Amino acid sequence: MLKKYRPVIGLEVHVELGTRTKMFCSCSANHFLAEPNTNVCPICMGLPGAMPYANKKGIMATIKAGLAFGCEINSFSKFDRKHYYYPDLPKGYQISQYELPICKNGYFDLKESDSKSKKIRIRRIHLEEDTGKLVHRTLEGRKVSLIDYNRSGVPLLEMVTEPDFESANEVDLFLREVQLAVRYLDISGANMEQGSMRLEANVSLCKEEDVFDLKKGIYPDYKVELKNINSFRFLKKALEFEFERQAEILSRNEKVVQETRGFDEVKAVTFSQRVKEEAQDYRYFPEPDIPLLTITVDIVEQVQKSLPELPSQRRERLMKDYFLSSNYTELLVSDLKRAEYFEQAVILAKEKDIEINKVVGAMINQNLDIKFSEPAGLIKYLLEIKNKAFVSADEVVASIDVVIHENQQAVLDYQSGKEQILGFLIGQVQRKLKGKGEASLVSEKIKEKLKS
Amino acid sequence: MIESVPDTIEKLQEGLLKKNYSCVELVDYYLNRIKKYDSSLNSFLTISEDSAYSQAKKMDKVLNGGSFSLSEYPLLGVVVSFKDLFLTKGIRTTAGSKVLQSYVPPYSSTVVMKLLSAGAIMIGKTNCDAWAHGASGENSDYGPTKNPWNKKYVPGGSSSGAAVSVSSDFSFVALGTDTGGSVRQPASFTNLVGLKPTYGLVSRYGVVAMASSLDTIGHFTKTVEDSRRILAVTGGIDNYDSTLCGEKGEKIGEKIKIGIPKEYFGEGLDLEVREIILKAIEILKKKGIAFKEVSLPHTEYAVPVYYVIQPAEVSSNLSRYDGVRYGNDRDSFGSEARRRIMLGTYVLSEGYRDAYYLKAMKVRKKISDDFDHVFVDVDAILCPTAPTPAFKLGEKANDPLKMYLADIYTASASLAGIPGLSIPAGFTKDKRPVGMQLLGKRFNENKLFDIGEMFQKLTNYHLEKPVI
Repeated sequence: MLKKYRPVIGLEVHVELGTRTKMFCSCSANHFLAEPNTNVCPICMGLPGAMPYANKKGIMATIKAGLAFGCEINSFSKFDRKHYYYPDLPKGYQISQYELPICKNGYFDLKESDSKSKKIRIRRIHLEEDTGKLVHRTLEGRKVSLIDYNRSGVPLLEMVTEPDFESANEVDLFLREVQLAVRYLDISGANMEQGSMRLEANVSLCKEEDVFDLKKGIYPDYKVELKNINSFRFLKKALEFEFERQAEILSRNEKVVQETRGFDEVKAVTFSQRVKEEAQDYRYFPEPDIPLLTITVDIVEQVQKSLPELPSQRRERLMKDYFLSSNYTELLVSDLKRAEYFEQAVILAKEKDIEINKVVGAMINQNLDIKFSEPAGLIKYLLEIKNKAFVSADEVVASIDVVIHENQQAVLDYQSGKEQILGFLIGQVQRKLKGKGEASLVSEKIKEKLKS
Repeated sequence: MIESVPDTIEKLQEGLLKKNYSCVELVDYYLNRIKKYDSSLNSFLTISEDSAYSQAKKMDKVLNGGSFSLSEYPLLGVVVSFKDLFLTKGIRTTAGSKVLQSYVPPYSSTVVMKLLSAGAIMIGKTNCDAWAHGASGENSDYGPTKNPWNKKYVPGGSSSGAAVSVSSDFSFVALGTDTGGSVRQPASFTNLVGLKPTYGLVSRYGVVAMASSLDTIGHFTKTVEDSRRILAVTGGIDNYDSTLCGEKGEKIGEKIKIGIPKEYFGEGLDLEVREIILKAIEILKKKGIAFKEVSLPHTEYAVPVYYVIQPAEVSSNLSRYDGVRYGNDRDSFGSEARRRIMLGTYVLSEGYRDAYYLKAMKVRKKISDDFDHVFVDVDAILCPTAPTPAFKLGEKANDPLKMYLADIYTASASLAGIPGLSIPAGFTKDKRPVGMQLLGKRFNENKLFDIGEMFQKLTNYHLEKPVI
């Protein structure tokens, strides 16, 4: 069925910035697991007379993200008020950015495999404030909705892509890359479970014969918004479900309803949440309480210089410098902590003249980076192994022969099933070798001998 | 018991230092007058007796302690009232509206804190048009304030109670807000000096917002000299209002040149007001000030532009009173607030935004440019503050368009963000006060004060008091 149609998908990704304070006041931005309404003040509660004061760190983090995703940075940017009513929005408007986002016209090279890559265009990255949270409870037998303003005013970065994705796999890959990139940039934990990364996708299907129009910027005349989906896996499933659902409707020559849909994790189906008859009018206008932002070339250059190595760059370097396989590289790069561990371990390994593949092997095959929480510990261990100059296999075999000859009773016991005797015999061998037998070799050879 | 209080802060503080009276006695004096006369004027919504006495006692302690300097407490003993738009921690703040009728704020505005720490004593919160929407005080949900010069007349608005509290000697000075003329026009109607400072000079933090790109924090005094003293305390960066900038004005030169904008003397200007302003010009001419006719060609668009931009921002700023907090629903909004919410919502709506809001923003720039051109050549502009003296209660209350035209000489300066100072300039035959307005370049309040002080040395209008 899907052969006749090609999915057209665009993404909106929200990432809470990990600044110490909120976007427009000096309250702590850490709202996760905090006692309700403890990190609040007149500003983030929108009390009469309160005014926003923009957090420079939030703006700098957004510039950082923009540069990492190849965006142009607007030399003049501003905040706008986006109006809508919801109890978790205390001012009746959200401070966001409309006409002049901080970043625009970016791109990301999505590498699907070593040979296949695709350019995803990023329309804009802007900065806004998060809302409070509604908590629905039953208190003294009454169903009530409570408002927690701890999250209100936390800086939120929004990235909007062009509808350049054509499969759920591409979407999945891209989102994982975005998550990794913001972690590398150290601007957000981008944690799905804690809600510091949130996903929305616009999905529609394009008829096979109209695919050429997409290149000209002519897209299907409808789109379905998938919202409130809290894992990459569920989004992938929801997209796949949508492809089938929409294809089925279109093949009947019917129109797909333009609406917002959620995802039922248990039934693995999407369901209608809100039908959008017309676009909501947010009555945007420039936030008069915050002056225009002037972002000079100097500031942009300064941020550019401070950019850390990004995941794609690190992948390339690891493969080139250490001849690592793409598999091993991915295992190291996709976990920022592990990647940093590796980098530190490499520096130490070089000093001690330990081969890099020993470090990689110890980390990936033996998970020794978990055993040694500090890279120095791992290196010390690797060094110990290296310094033991083991005796040759021939010497091992010779010593085993002597031990077997000297301990015939023990050998018989072992052969009749007392396997714990093996340890004793190995001990005897090592004694003869003064501890310079390689453990695995000794154990292997002695077992061979005892069998025969 | 004190029988009268000196006219200036300097003399008031001399009396305090000489122990002619104490701060507590000053509070007694004002509270007594309020109790005696305010029932017929309705200038106060809340009297903060307890906090007034506790601050007065604190200041008396400072006075008696000896080791203090007036530079530490520049407003020591100055009794002040605040328009009920200024948030005062623990003291009800209504914005003149039923929506906030029982709202007790958990914090105080920057300006309130600055005045109190400068030694001023808050006596209470004054009546105003609800949300500062109005030019007569009649839009207050708590009843209109009367003009002490003639109780059949309005005191002007929206800072109606603030003006009356000073002109009736219920407080020494008063803080108000001026978005389109709300300090200057009532000052003109009640024989006071009213300052609308440069946008970006005085913190708006903690003052209920009307139209955020236009709102300024102004004040009422009897003399220009005191207006300067108050501004020295209220002005400056506070790290809460990010539209503030620390810019400084220029010093006035030996040769002062004032522009007379021809557009401000045309149709609609009351003949008596015109005569009074022309006479004031003659007085200043005798002092050697040069006058020159200037043109502000986009003046006629000021009121229409103002009544697009201002309601747009009002509709946004009033969104937070959504019925979830503060105890009252949106039904509690009065008709003027509703009118502005609807107007503002309309001009910001998809499809109308370009034709109204964005167009108005472009014309606003033209109006602002007009002033910039004129100030290349002159130190200040002199014109009437309002087209008429105080009008009768009820005269314009049912005709919003007529009421909006009361802003005709004040709205331009608000749109341009420049300072304006209204100074008593004389009286009509039936003894209604008339003010003249000095407008200046941004951050050049000092030039206006210099000219104003010169005028007050040559005239005695500001010393006249109403008989209540």
